[in-house]
Amino acid sequence: MFEAVAFYLFAFLTIAMFSITVMTSQALYALTALAAGMIFISAFFFILGADFLGAIQIIVYTGAVMALYAFGMMFFDTTREVKEKKGNKFIIIGLSTLAAVMVVAIFVAPILSNNIVALYPVVEGAGNTETVGLVLFTKYLIPFEVAAVMLLVAMIAGIVLAGKKMDLSLTLMNSEEIEEKDKKVLS
Amino acid sequence: MEIYLYIALFAPLVSSMFSALFTNTPKKQFVGIVASSLILTAFASSSILLNHILNGGEPIHVEMMTWMATGNLYIPFGFVVDQISVTMMMVVTLVSSIVHIYSIGYMDHDKGFNRFFAWLSAFVFSMMILVMSDNFAGLFIGWEGVGLCSWGLIGFWFHKEVATWAANEAFIMNRIADLGMLIGIFLVYWNTGSLQYDIAFPAMAHLDQATLTWIGIFLFVGAMGKSAQFPLHTWLADAMEGPTPVSALIHAATMVTAGVYLVIRSNELYSLIPHVGLFIASLGTFVALFAASMAMVNRDMKRVIAYSTLSQLGYMFAAAGLGAYWVALFHLMAHAFFKALLFLGAGNVMHAMDNELDPFKMGGLKKVMKGTWIMMTIASLALAGVVPFAGFFSKDTILEAAFAEHHYVIYGVLLFTAGLTAFYSFRLVALIFHGEERYKIFGIHPHEAYKFMLVGMSPLLILAMIAGVFQVPFFNMVEEILGAAEYHIHSHTTLWIMLVGTQVFVGIAIIYAYKKYMSQSSVPDGTSKMENSFMYKLLINQYYIPFAYEKYLVKPYRELSAALWVVDQKVVDATVDGIANIFYSTGENTRDMQSGNLSTMLKWMVAGTVMLLSFAVVFGLAVRYSDEITTILSGLGV
Amino acid sequence: MMEIGLNHYLVLSTILFAIGLVGVMRRKNLLLLFFATEILLNSVNIAFAAISHYYGDLTGQMFAFFVIAIAASELAVGLGLLIVWYKRHGNIDLDTMTSMRG
Repeated sequence: MFEAVAFYLFAFLTIAMFSITVMTSQALYALTALAAGMIFISAFFFILGADFLGAIQIIVYTGAVMALYAFGMMFFDTTREVKEKKGNKFIIIGLSTLAAVMVVAIFVAPILSNNIVALYPVVEGAGNTETVGLVLFTKYLIPFEVAAVMLLVAMIAGIVLAGKKMDLSLTLMNSEEIEEKDKKVLS
Repeated sequence: MEIYLYIALFAPLVSSMFSALFTNTPKKQFVGIVASSLILTAFASSSILLNHILNGGEPIHVEMMTWMATGNLYIPFGFVVDQISVTMMMVVTLVSSIVHIYSIGYMDHDKGFNRFFAWLSAFVFSMMILVMSDNFAGLFIGWEGVGLCSWGLIGFWFHKEVATWAANEAFIMNRIADLGMLIGIFLVYWNTGSLQYDIAFPAMAHLDQATLTWIGIFLFVGAMGKSAQFPLHTWLADAMEGPTPVSALIHAATMVTAGVYLVIRSNELYSLIPHVGLFIASLGTFVALFAASMAMVNRDMKRVIAYSTLSQLGYMFAAAGLGAYWVALFHLMAHAFFKALLFLGAGNVMHAMDNELDPFKMGGLKKVMKGTWIMMTIASLALAGVVPFAGFFSKDTILEAAFAEHHYVIYGVLLFTAGLTAFYSFRLVALIFHGEERYKIFGIHPHEAYKFMLVGMSPLLILAMIAGVFQVPFFNMVEEILGAAEYHIHSHTTLWIMLVGTQVFVGIAIIYAYKKYMSQSSVPDGTSKMENSFMYKLLINQYYIPFAYEKYLVKPYRELSAALWVVDQKVVDATVDGIANIFYSTGENTRDMQSGNLSTMLKWMVAGTVMLLSFAVVFGLAVRYSDEITTILSGLGV
Repeated sequence: MMEIGLNHYLVLSTILFAIGLVGVMRRKNLLLLFFATEILLNSVNIAFAAISHYYGDLTGQMFAFFVIAIAASELAVGLGLLIVWYKRHGNIDLDTMTSMRG
């Protein structure tokens, strides 16, 4: 009973927030609505018993990703209203509806025919985080490492792309050169 | 001997090609001279061949090359010189050489001098193919060729709309008849398996009457168009829009006789179906009377002569229809001579009268144009059938044939027509050459034609006078091939009464014509009582037949064409343009796909995904419900 | 209605995915386009988690986990590129970014 209430409540909220993100003309509203939507999605994860995933969702998405977007918005000065040329409404909405209906049909089909087999079943008696850890560090170890490397690469890429005065390296200069550089800046 | 055949056949072609080189240049005298010499060469060759055949030589067959050899169909370019074709060859080359020489003088001041000779020689070439061919296909090639050249020659002065209209009328009427002839040729091939004369005709003896009747009728339809029998006769009178030498060559001696030639050539066929022959004879008789009646009141000199041609063609068909093929051929030959002479004389008069055609506006020309006067009078005497000129021998033989075969109605009508012929011919001569000089009112200063033109016409004059002599040798020559029969009237007295009676009747008509028109003093202007009588109006409007054709055939057809043109525009053009437009608009509308705009590309991506998803759903459903689908489709009968 | 089954979650996921598609097709500003992309990724995560829950299989949650990681790194690189472009051209409107003459 509670589960149903929670589900419908959060579903309605999520849909509302994401609709605002997509439809509004103010960039700030879009950002805020997106952040709210992320939180509500983590609620879903908690309802589904995926505690670890829910926590990750809040930390990474709502925390890091939204912060990045906020910095980006400040940089691009999109706090003003975004001017957009109108696309054809009917094509857009029509295409989306069609896509939605068909995806449902495709996904529901194997379920209706009961063709699904569980590959990595849940271990009884352990909490969700523990179970996730068990599977992650045994079966999914390689993807985990690769993901770590990828994050490193992304970080470096972000710094290189966005950074200023990248030709100087403070750690390789000795103290005299650093003083000279400061004098030049100050004068 | 074959070499003479080829010379006779191809000399006119060389002449035409040579003259065609100069069509765009101003008049060059030597073009006419070269063309005439080449046609004279053809005439010389034909004479040699005639001599060969007359002396009992074998008919000459050549097969030049194969035209079509597919499956069972074999049609070669083959030529034969036998008694019939050599007669025609001689007539054609003789008259055309004289006409060529005449044209050097007649077309003297014409800008299209060179072009005229090109067309004229091309016509002679087509006619030679027609008469010399040994199969129906070659005949048809020549048939179409003379139709085309006559179109080019009638419409020679193409800047005159009347001339182009007349040319089109001639060509279209011929074409309508050609459809019948084609069907006839198809029937011949279908039933006998070959188009060669020497294979098809013997095979026809084994066919049933119904098939033969149809073949005969359809071939005769073709002859009707070419020889201007009723109801396809209106083009002949209108064809007088062309230059006079054209009328002399084509519409007196050669093209219009092609129909008679066809019937004569197919004599083996027509002998088997005498009822069709009787129909042909009756139609010919009717046309003879019909044309003669219209010639009696007409006020256009060339038209009167054209109607007399029509009338004489009727005589020829009457003879051929009655089975007297050799008589028809003989009359064809004699008629060619004196009719060509008449036309050429009329050409002289036209030249002198500054292209005036109404004989009522002429008169007393015998003082100025002695030579022409003598020639036209003698030609008219020959036409009327007065002894001892050529016409007497041929026309009287036709009358005898009709009488001997007990076709008294045909005999009576032809006799009456002979009287009418005499009347209108001498009406014309009297009006033009005798009486008061009415042309002085119009300020015309006539002069005789060039000497060389008169000299050129003289062979025709001589032949018109003496051709009767050739009747017996001619009969001996064609006897074996044309199934000739001498026509014996049972009692000698009947024969003499007929001969003398005919002459008296003709003589009375001539004298009456002279009396009536010798003293013509004024130009009739439409107010006299005779001109307003019903009969006169009927005859001068050609029984209102051209009017009826125009009103009931041409106008509705033109309107139908205009209506269908709308369909052509709206349906055919629209479809073609529509197909082109589909390509254009598809290109225009899908140009956005490559515009480089990310937003558009994202939309297209989603559209593509939707399409792929729909395929997946459809195929999934088909697989899932395949049994039900097969049941439904088999229920529908697929 | 009261019993929440897998179908409910899948329908929800699809609705969110559709909303994300609308955003992708509609938005002309690149940054807002990124927002729509995030919506797409999140809707898929919900679907993964739901299937994993209802079939007692952890594969779904693993996938969702990796999707989050990848989304984060993609965002970092993407924003970096966006910054460079902005420094060069001064705006990030899609309609001005076409260099082809379509």
